[in-house]
Amino acid sequence: MAYEGDELLEEVTKKEYEFGFVTDIESDKIPNGLNEDVIRLISSKKDEPKWLLDWRLDAFKSWKEMTEPEWAHVHYAKPDFQAISYYSAPKQKVLLDSLDDVDPELRKTMDKLGISTEEQKRLQGVAVDFVMDSVSVATSFKEKLGELGIIFMSISEAVKQHPELVRKYIGSVVPQKDNFYAALNSAVFTDGSFCYIPKGVRCPMELSTYFRINEAGTGQFERTLLIADEGSHVSYLEGCTAPQRDENQLHAAVVELVALDDAEIKYSTVQNWYPGDATGKGGIFNFVTKRGICEKNAKISWTQVETGSAVTWKYPSCILKGDNSVGEFYSVAVTNNYQQADTGTKMIHIGKNTKSTIISKGISAGKSQNSYRGLVQINKSADNARNFSQCDSLLMTDTSGAHTFPYIEVNNHTAKVEHEATTSKIGEEQLFYCKQRGLNEEKAISMIVNGYAKDVLNKLPMEFAVEAQKLLAISLEGSVG
Amino acid sequence: MISIKNLHAEVEGNKILKGLNLEVKAGEVHAIMGPNGSGKSTLASVLAGNEAYEVTEGSVDFDGADLLDLDVDERAKEGMFLAFQYPVEIPGVSNINFLKAALNEKRAHQGLEPIKAKDFLALVQEKSELVELAGKLKNRSVNEGFSGGEKKRNEIFQMAMLDPKFAILDETDSGLDIDALKVVSHGVNSMRSPERAFLVITHYQRLLDYIVPDFVHVLYNGKIIKTGPKELALELEEKGYDWLIEETV
Ligand SMILES: Nc1ncnc2c1ncn2[C@@H]1O[C@H](COP(=O)(O)OP(=O)(O)O)[C@@H](O)[C@H]1O
Ligand SMILES: [Mg+2]
Repeated sequence: MAYEGDELLEEVTKKEYEFGFVTDIESDKIPNGLNEDVIRLISSKKDEPKWLLDWRLDAFKSWKEMTEPEWAHVHYAKPDFQAISYYSAPKQKVLLDSLDDVDPELRKTMDKLGISTEEQKRLQGVAVDFVMDSVSVATSFKEKLGELGIIFMSISEAVKQHPELVRKYIGSVVPQKDNFYAALNSAVFTDGSFCYIPKGVRCPMELSTYFRINEAGTGQFERTLLIADEGSHVSYLEGCTAPQRDENQLHAAVVELVALDDAEIKYSTVQNWYPGDATGKGGIFNFVTKRGICEKNAKISWTQVETGSAVTWKYPSCILKGDNSVGEFYSVAVTNNYQQADTGTKMIHIGKNTKSTIISKGISAGKSQNSYRGLVQINKSADNARNFSQCDSLLMTDTSGAHTFPYIEVNNHTAKVEHEATTSKIGEEQLFYCKQRGLNEEKAISMIVNGYAKDVLNKLPMEFAVEAQKLLAISLEGSVG
Repeated sequence: MISIKNLHAEVEGNKILKGLNLEVKAGEVHAIMGPNGSGKSTLASVLAGNEAYEVTEGSVDFDGADLLDLDVDERAKEGMFLAFQYPVEIPGVSNINFLKAALNEKRAHQGLEPIKAKDFLALVQEKSELVELAGKLKNRSVNEGFSGGEKKRNEIFQMAMLDPKFAILDETDSGLDIDALKVVSHGVNSMRSPERAFLVITHYQRLLDYIVPDFVHVLYNGKIIKTGPKELALELEEKGYDWLIEETV
């Protein structure tokens, strides 16, 4: 932390004076800085029960004792955590009058992605006609989900309407003190989604569609909690291929997945946060903790396409607690210019006959650094556990870097763990071959890269696979060297 | 069709082509022979536009256009095709999708609409039969896991699909058994027409029994040192290259 003990103390006392114990503040945004009172204020503004406030305070206490991790293969100026405002009222997007007011560069990208004008307006906060189709579509989705007993709402709303579920599961997969960023998130989260699929229910639609239409607001400290009850099934998609800008540089989200016996969760992410300009200035720092727990015969599958952010630190993981449970991680991470990504997964095998598959495809261009970091841990109890890992790196330039850090811990001799890794440079010969058949450089790169990433892209829901393909091509435009 | 004048090219500082002249007219088939390392593949690469090779002197006219001024893909769309000596593998890209993209690029260049799925499939059917390309190879990744012979057939299949006006075949016969050689030659022969020209690079006279050329050129040390009728190939088969090489030095 940037603050010395004395300064902090001074800060705290000053702030205390400033805010006292007042809950009734008119302003939407509280002054910068973080201390217990700020947390109390957040909690009271959100009208939270006492247990949740205590939970937050507990997290904060741990966070103060923790230091920002240094082990990732990334370099950046550490954020000043006292220079951030930790609460602002539900974000009201700036409403523009027409798409003409949107940054032309951004529009060009969205056009290339094939995003419809209506969708572009919605994404960029342009005022739309109220009769817009999607509003009624969203309403009918909501009705349909409701009929099945599926709960899908903001986490703040869930705290009020389903406190028993939230209280039971929040922090059950990612404890408050799990790591520096998770502790920070636990203390101050304000946005996020909650989803519960009842026993035996198969969610009839990609929750993405709904999500995109309703855009649950991607906050700085987002918290997502998804519970699939016994025998249920859900496919959830977060993120968006459209480039996302945000005034907050630091993002520290937590996602917790609970797959009870025989349940299946497929969680797909397309992350395209602003990566900074070509020199690397101004991009978003994305420090995410994502983890799921599988009970008996359950399955969690993470699929991610990461193209954005200046710095990414993210390891969607599975705790394979129940016997016969299955964890999967499919990832494509693209870095260009000065982007840095340190991403991968952890597969913790506890139950018997547990199985995990890891397929990671890194693509580095420009002067970027792309690291895969993965842990496969087979515990003593995990008889006949199986893991297969395939980590490939593709270099587009001589100035970019690809790194693989596989950690394998095996404590049960019946386990079978396979790890394969390759690094290759995009072939001049492949490019020449494609171009000789009439494809221009851009199309040739897109074709080769999408072929390389195919095993992962195939795991995405159809509608997003196509967008993700275009996104990869756009992220790598003019990047061979 | 194509007129090459005083062509000099080098790669990584090594001079490979040293003043090559060649004129190929529409409807003709020219064979280029020569010992290993004489510059045959270099010539093919330079004509196709491979940027690894630097042209230091000379000119190439391609149907009225300055060929050396065009990008690789532009040359292809203008009707230049190179059947590679060593076709590369492109993992994850289906052979058929690749060809469809290539075909549509060419069509767009000609101001045509993308080909209809039905027409495309019919074309694939027709052309793959021509070179007896097994059905399974059409949907596999480009050249991935293909045997040497399958790769060569795939090159000719692609050529037939893309319907070029000038095709360079770089040692398409190498690594083929006699049956495969017949199949590939049949594919090429059925494409011979007054509007199309071929440059057939080969090491062996054998291929020229099946693809009968109008002219045979001997390339040695970056230059064409001898040009003759198809019988020249037989003579070379019999006597080797040494007598010619001795003549030139
Ligand atoms: N990319 C390259 N880098 C360096 N040398 C090359 C390269 N390509 C060809 N050469 C050299 O150029 C000469 C001619 O090669 P090539 O055109 O392949 O001959 P051929 O096809 O007649 O056997 C050889 O000496 C070869 O080593
Ligand atoms: Mg050769």
